[in-house]
Amino acid sequence: MKDRFISGYNDFVLPFMIGMCFILTYLAIGIIRVIVQLPAKDRKKFFLSLINPKLWLKNLKDIICDVLLHTKIWKRKPLLGYMHSSIAFGWFMLIVLGHIETWLFVPDRLSTFYYPVFFRFFVMETDHTIGGSFFFFLMDFFLLVVLSGVFLAMFKRIRSMVFGMRRTTKNQLPDRLAMYCLWAIFPVRLLAESFTAGIAGGSFLTRPMYWLFSNFLSDTYHILPTWWAYSTLLGTFFVLLPFTRYMHIPTEAFLIILRNAGIKVSHHRNGYTTAQIYSCSNCGMCIDACPMMSQKKNLRYATVYFNRLLRRRNWTKCEISADKCLMCGKCVAVCPVNVDSCSIKQRVRAARAVPSKADYTYFETYTAPEPAPEKVLYYAGCMTQLTPVISKAVGAVLDKAGIGYTFLDSDGGICCGRPLILAGRNEQAQEMIRKNTELIRHSGATTLLLSCPICYKVFRENYDLNGIRVVHYTEYFDELLRLGRITIRNSGERIVYHDPCELGRGCGVYRQPRHVLSAAGNLVEAAKSHDESICCGGSLGSLTLSYEDRKDITLHSLDNLMYASPERIVTACPLCLKTFSPYAPKKVSDFAEIVAQNMN
Amino acid sequence: MEPDNHKKNIVVIGGGPAGIEASRTLDAMGHTVFLIEKADRLGGHLARWDRLFPYGTQASEVLSGMTSSMGSVKWFTGTQITQLNRLEHGYNIILSNGLTVLADALLITTGFSLFPASKKEEYGYGIYDRVITNADLEDWFSGISVPAIDNPHRIGFVHCVGSRDEKVGNRYCSKVCCATAVKQACEIKQKFPDAVVYCFYMDLRMFGRGYEDMYLEAQKKYGVIFVRGRVSEVSEDKNGHLFVKAEDTLAGKPLRVTLDLLVLMAGMSHNRDTDSIARTLALSTMEDGFLKPKDSLTDGQASYCPGVFYAGACTGPKTIPETVAEAKAAAISINEYLRDND
Amino acid sequence: MIDFGYGISPSSAINLDRFDRTDFETLCREEPDVLKCMACGSCAASCPTAGHSDMNLRKVILLLGRGREDEALGMLSHCMFCGKCLLVCPRGINTRHLILSIIKTYQK
Repeated sequence: MKDRFISGYNDFVLPFMIGMCFILTYLAIGIIRVIVQLPAKDRKKFFLSLINPKLWLKNLKDIICDVLLHTKIWKRKPLLGYMHSSIAFGWFMLIVLGHIETWLFVPDRLSTFYYPVFFRFFVMETDHTIGGSFFFFLMDFFLLVVLSGVFLAMFKRIRSMVFGMRRTTKNQLPDRLAMYCLWAIFPVRLLAESFTAGIAGGSFLTRPMYWLFSNFLSDTYHILPTWWAYSTLLGTFFVLLPFTRYMHIPTEAFLIILRNAGIKVSHHRNGYTTAQIYSCSNCGMCIDACPMMSQKKNLRYATVYFNRLLRRRNWTKCEISADKCLMCGKCVAVCPVNVDSCSIKQRVRAARAVPSKADYTYFETYTAPEPAPEKVLYYAGCMTQLTPVISKAVGAVLDKAGIGYTFLDSDGGICCGRPLILAGRNEQAQEMIRKNTELIRHSGATTLLLSCPICYKVFRENYDLNGIRVVHYTEYFDELLRLGRITIRNSGERIVYHDPCELGRGCGVYRQPRHVLSAAGNLVEAAKSHDESICCGGSLGSLTLSYEDRKDITLHSLDNLMYASPERIVTACPLCLKTFSPYAPKKVSDFAEIVAQNMN
Repeated sequence: MEPDNHKKNIVVIGGGPAGIEASRTLDAMGHTVFLIEKADRLGGHLARWDRLFPYGTQASEVLSGMTSSMGSVKWFTGTQITQLNRLEHGYNIILSNGLTVLADALLITTGFSLFPASKKEEYGYGIYDRVITNADLEDWFSGISVPAIDNPHRIGFVHCVGSRDEKVGNRYCSKVCCATAVKQACEIKQKFPDAVVYCFYMDLRMFGRGYEDMYLEAQKKYGVIFVRGRVSEVSEDKNGHLFVKAEDTLAGKPLRVTLDLLVLMAGMSHNRDTDSIARTLALSTMEDGFLKPKDSLTDGQASYCPGVFYAGACTGPKTIPETVAEAKAAAISINEYLRDND
Repeated sequence: MIDFGYGISPSSAINLDRFDRTDFETLCREEPDVLKCMACGSCAASCPTAGHSDMNLRKVILLLGRGREDEALGMLSHCMFCGKCLLVCPRGINTRHLILSIIKTYQK
């Protein structure tokens, strides 16, 4: 191996160098800006995470899995996973191998920035060495891997259904330009390396190409123009990068480091949120996932477009999109990059909310129940007042298990505060949180039992009830069953369980209700369940979705539940129950109702 | 069955008041009428009712009056249609009793279904012992035991259960519930003179002849208390007493009252059994599921399908007199159709 | 000034002639559902603040349509935004968005 040029320079590297310098400067400024914008507390977390070896390992693992191998996409859609990881990992390997080659064969050029990228042009091989041909093979191999990914990507634009995607993102001009650059980079690199293969050597891909070309093309004339083209494409791609979806490539790694440092969304646009929205790869997985997409007119409210609007600070449209969202969290669950869009939307709502004069002085007229000797306090929540079947069944189960309890809001109470938080009115919600905390503490309870997942989420996340166990009835009844305090007979009825958004994706409770229900009947699964369960349409998350539009979502969600032809639909949320009941083709029951019915 | 040269075959689907009235009218016109009823007796919802508004007429008397003059109508109870085919002229109908009829015209008188009150969870029907429906109360009036009714002192009637309610997909007014509620309020007051009776209404629609008199009587004679406000939720205490929340919209204040009995005025929903017939014959239905007549103003009995006619509540909520009038109108329409297509 | 024991105060009657409809029409554009109310009182009855405050969504809608914004906004300040009214409204009014729209339109 030896250098072909003493200078080690050719003008064609200029476009690449300009592009590279631009993007590196842009990224550096961007990263510094994000760090500066972080609240002081988060910034401290970030710097502390950088000196924590455990987090370094986790960062490394996450970056390899998420950024290079895209394991999360593999799990859901293997072909799509291959497409992503072939391009990302293949490209990464080409860069790494380029550096290794430079380091091995021309170590003094290692400080020349462009050398590993254009290695084949600058370095030639006169004799075939084993080491050389090994690298030639590897380089050709990974180029082939990348090319296969690129061809799949092109095919995906024509037939996305093959990849398991009904709809893909509509690209805009910069995105399209960058995409064409990306598509062209690797075929052009192949051409450049093939034309150069006669001088610099090649392997199973570039050698035959060289022979083929040299038969009817005078290759030497094509060497320089193709390298120019390759460099220009790279340069153009880098310059376009910040204005396109491909910005996720560098940003995602940064996001992973921030996320692993334990930072949460705290601003509607700046700091961590910037890292989040720039990490959105516009892959469009959230489009098919969104329950609103049962109506075509709602396509524009998909999270991917919301992220795009937020990047451009198009506040009017951002607000419309954020207000429409059901906050069911499915787009977050399927997002390969884990963009926490629900939290961002909540922040956008908070930032855009017109301040209102709230007067909650009347809260003082609510009185705490007498402290009961039994230490279980049941808080049914507002919605459960409209579905008395739930509170009645909960009472029946507790009575049977011999657990005395106090019903905090048997005659109505103060809202848990979650609906206000969802509407972006955190400060007002604090009033409710304060008063409820006071009432609960005053009761002397040690366990707070909840039947509404909306309440459950807020009690877990926003209340400080130190020393009081907050538990959802699905978990509590499961416990009673395991402890033998209640026994259930199997009715043999085919039942399907609907995962309420706030309980499943919101609090991660999937196993316990299923365990209890499989004791009570023949539990079947919906087409999409667990973290892919479809919102019932009744969610309080959406502020603007009309009743008619919600109905469409409800019907779609019911179709999903009827997949295994159950005889009964069971849910564990008063809102889902109320939303499904009028349209369900089969009886809809609450979880507690099933337990109460089948108790021995 | 061999069709008579002069006589035409007409199949009437549904043996409620509309079906019975249309059948005997068509029979009197000289046609061969087959009346099919899925239940074990004729009369439909009328057979379950005790007395009728506005004059308190016994439903059984009305029904026996109608069925006493059925002439040569061939009627089959406990019978359903197993197959329905459209022929070039007319229809081929196979019944569950094995009979096959070649019909020249079809009259659909499938009526309505009572709205399933348990779908309004907040009222607790099927959950609380002392919540019943208007139909349950009629059962009790006819002498059937209803355990919920145990010498109640405070009784409430909730109007518009499953009517005028987008949330259950029924936007329309069921038309008869206001008058029924007032009638039943008076009747229960006759049985329990000491009870306090409340009617929770959104709007009182006392549109028919004699209805306003009934309303006046309910106020003056029976002291029924009318509260303008929709009941929003019902809870239950340990003794089974019902705790009802509404807004007294005229006073502009939230209202709470404890009751011993709550009667839900379940409205009319479209009959789901009609859906399969509508699908087979490609009949148009309205958004709420009721059948859509060709011209609701001047030709309410004709469908978009030649030879298929409607009468009664299959096209929307109707009172008894309206249903009977429609049945007669349908008989005339069918007679004209058969004459024109002879 | 001699105190006659009574004062002259503006009439408490609703005067539709003096009602400037601009804001109300803005509200109607923002959330047309406001026009759908049939005053059944379900929202007020189910409201968890009922009996504790004077919050009454039915009245709020009515008052806004009669030019009594101040009274309406005073009531609305007690709203906990729980969404129960959304569930019980027989006309399917998006009550939560209506409340937000009222705040947006009238709170200046």
